[in-house]
Amino acid sequence: MRRIISVLMENEPGALSRVVGLFSQRGYNIETLTVAPTEDETLSRLTVTTVGDDHKIEQITKNLNKLIDVVKLVDLTEGQHIERELMLIKVKASGAQRAEIKRCVDIFRGQIIDVTSTVYTIQITGASDKLDAFVQSVGDAAILEVVRSGVSGISRGEKVLSL
Amino acid sequence: MGAHKVSAAYSVRIIIGFLKEEKQVEMLSGGDMLIRSLQEEGVDLIFGYPGGAALHIYDAIFKQDKVKHILVRHEQSATHAADGYTRATGRVGTVLVTSGPGATNAITGIATAYMDSIPMVVISGQVATDKIGEDAFQETDMVGVSRPIVKHSFMVKHASEIPEIIKKAYHIASTGRPGPVVVDVPKNTVDPMETFPFEYPKKLKMRSYTPAAKGHSGQIKKAVSMLLKAKRPIIYSGGGVVQGEASKLLTELAQKLGYPVTNTLMGLGAYPGNDKQFVGMLGMHGTFEANTAMHHCDLILAVGARFDDRVTNTTSKFCPNAKIIHIDIDPASISKTITADVPIVGSVDSVLTEMLDLLKESKEKPDEAALSDWWEQINEWRERHGIYTQPRYNTSGDMIMPQDVIKTLYEVTNGDAIVASDVGQHQMFAAQYYPFKSPRQWINSGGLGTMGFGLPAAMGAAFAFRDKDIVCVTGEGSIQMCIQELSTLTQYGLPVKIICLNNQALGMVKQWQDMVYDSRYSEIHYEDSLPDFVKLMEAYGHVGIRVNKKEELREKMEECFALKDRVVFMDIYVDPSEHVYPMLVAPGGSMRDMWLSKTERT
Repeated sequence: MRRIISVLMENEPGALSRVVGLFSQRGYNIETLTVAPTEDETLSRLTVTTVGDDHKIEQITKNLNKLIDVVKLVDLTEGQHIERELMLIKVKASGAQRAEIKRCVDIFRGQIIDVTSTVYTIQITGASDKLDAFVQSVGDAAILEVVRSGVSGISRGEKVLSL
Repeated sequence: MGAHKVSAAYSVRIIIGFLKEEKQVEMLSGGDMLIRSLQEEGVDLIFGYPGGAALHIYDAIFKQDKVKHILVRHEQSATHAADGYTRATGRVGTVLVTSGPGATNAITGIATAYMDSIPMVVISGQVATDKIGEDAFQETDMVGVSRPIVKHSFMVKHASEIPEIIKKAYHIASTGRPGPVVVDVPKNTVDPMETFPFEYPKKLKMRSYTPAAKGHSGQIKKAVSMLLKAKRPIIYSGGGVVQGEASKLLTELAQKLGYPVTNTLMGLGAYPGNDKQFVGMLGMHGTFEANTAMHHCDLILAVGARFDDRVTNTTSKFCPNAKIIHIDIDPASISKTITADVPIVGSVDSVLTEMLDLLKESKEKPDEAALSDWWEQINEWRERHGIYTQPRYNTSGDMIMPQDVIKTLYEVTNGDAIVASDVGQHQMFAAQYYPFKSPRQWINSGGLGTMGFGLPAAMGAAFAFRDKDIVCVTGEGSIQMCIQELSTLTQYGLPVKIICLNNQALGMVKQWQDMVYDSRYSEIHYEDSLPDFVKLMEAYGHVGIRVNKKEELREKMEECFALKDRVVFMDIYVDPSEHVYPMLVAPGGSMRDMWLSKTERT
């Protein structure tokens, strides 16, 4: 099962390598990984999506918690949550295709953020499967380049991950 | 960015210094701060080896006499010696090495300590901050190289951080589940020409590190109630009991309940090995009665043990009827390979204390009828195949049997020696035939299985206990992996006794090649090129005694231990074809599936 684990950790050099190292060392998967400092510049928030059964996820969270730089973490998929990913995608857009792609972007509520006579650069945000769906509907033939940010997530409602 | 933060912290300290005018702030260089911090931590010994990047630190050592430096002959030995010192005393061992090869040589010892949860602080020199990343002379990314085998690591960015980093390093290494901590010190941060105000922090606050202390009371209650209802219980205790200084509590609990106790390889001595409730070590080379009792029990009380693969054998076949109570300070060790029914995260001593209190209050008593049947069964197993009820090896041949060497060692040392061991058949014979009476008496590399560990570890223990017999049980294979420390023993006058079970081959590998590879002996023989150990010892200024006659064993062993102030190496020629038994049938076997001899299995 796919899980989103959100980690609050010390914004220290080497902290990220400890997290990434733990995953490779213990044979866990990383599907996506995003990390940036929070409003408190001494803390970073890292979101990792991974796949595993309950036993594996329990081991992952226990071992992450053991890392000295990790302050707190939560498995967002255990509760109601919101996830978002940002994708920048460059596609061929000429002739009749141009209008078709524009319509497709509108349907997915994306924005065209750069234009040339033959190329559109599009920005789309949403859950990962929405981005997958957009990629599929545009089709491999049209795609020139794809950049995805990896998943960020947050709990719904009053629940917060903070100190 | 980092440098800004540091200088801000530094100026805050100066301001604080101004506010408390009466207090004179001491100005020290980074190197002096490092050594002063070690003094403040109560460090009396460090094991190390100098080199370019560590020279400033060595100069700081030279200028004082509170922290004594022990010059080893190889950085690997520095870590093993610190490790042996820690295992024998419970105090955190300290290592100092230089950058590059000094640091990488220390890696095996750090990994050894990590696998056995031994607290250790390793200070490594590093090239100057502005050279890092430039492939400078003797530069290695020590923090990176050691990352998977440390509990935590630090890189000093500025001299003013040193006192706090050292404080944190010892705190992290010694609390929670202990482990090694690396402190990488770039040469410019210990420059003797630059001084900064020194103040050693009295308290630490780390928001991201709060090791578990007390176990969950509800879970402990549940565990006690299950313990009292058990019909066929067993207490399975490991290295955590030794490390957590909970041996007395464990013994009290076990004796109050009257339940059988088995120890892991790491836990030997945590429960007295000569007590009648002790059923021996369990696991790969555990006793028949311990392994069989585990398989048939209905309740396991696991205390500070981690269900290692050398213990469980095939996990899907592990103890099919047992409920499991698992006490461990590390939550990640619980339900890792074997699912616990009652997990209790907490320090072993606090949980056992709480359990004992509950037992004393409880009106319920263990089911005596069931327990007496259970003991009857266990005693029948002991009689049938136990190694303590009669010798299960050939006693009629002319050759010296390795088991007899360990038994003689036990008798001659009165069972009171501190025994460090290397890795291989001799290690298992020592574990089986030297019933350790107390914790911290048995020092061996259990998790990593590091050949070469024994001699430097014995050396580390010898620094702590000058008046005890310190023994290194080894083989002619293992001893050659760190044999250069014979020279360190000479330098510091440490009368370690080395008991070498010489079977002229890599015995444990040979045993597996006999059992699994139809005796195709691949690369295990070197008998024609073995050194003359007696002459070698003499070259180092020690005493060598060769024993190859069975009837001389005891007399020569007594002669060895009579030489109180000498290093003595006993080169004992043992039966080269002997195997270690019992041995779990693997892969695919359960704990009751054992080879009992070359021809007999359960």
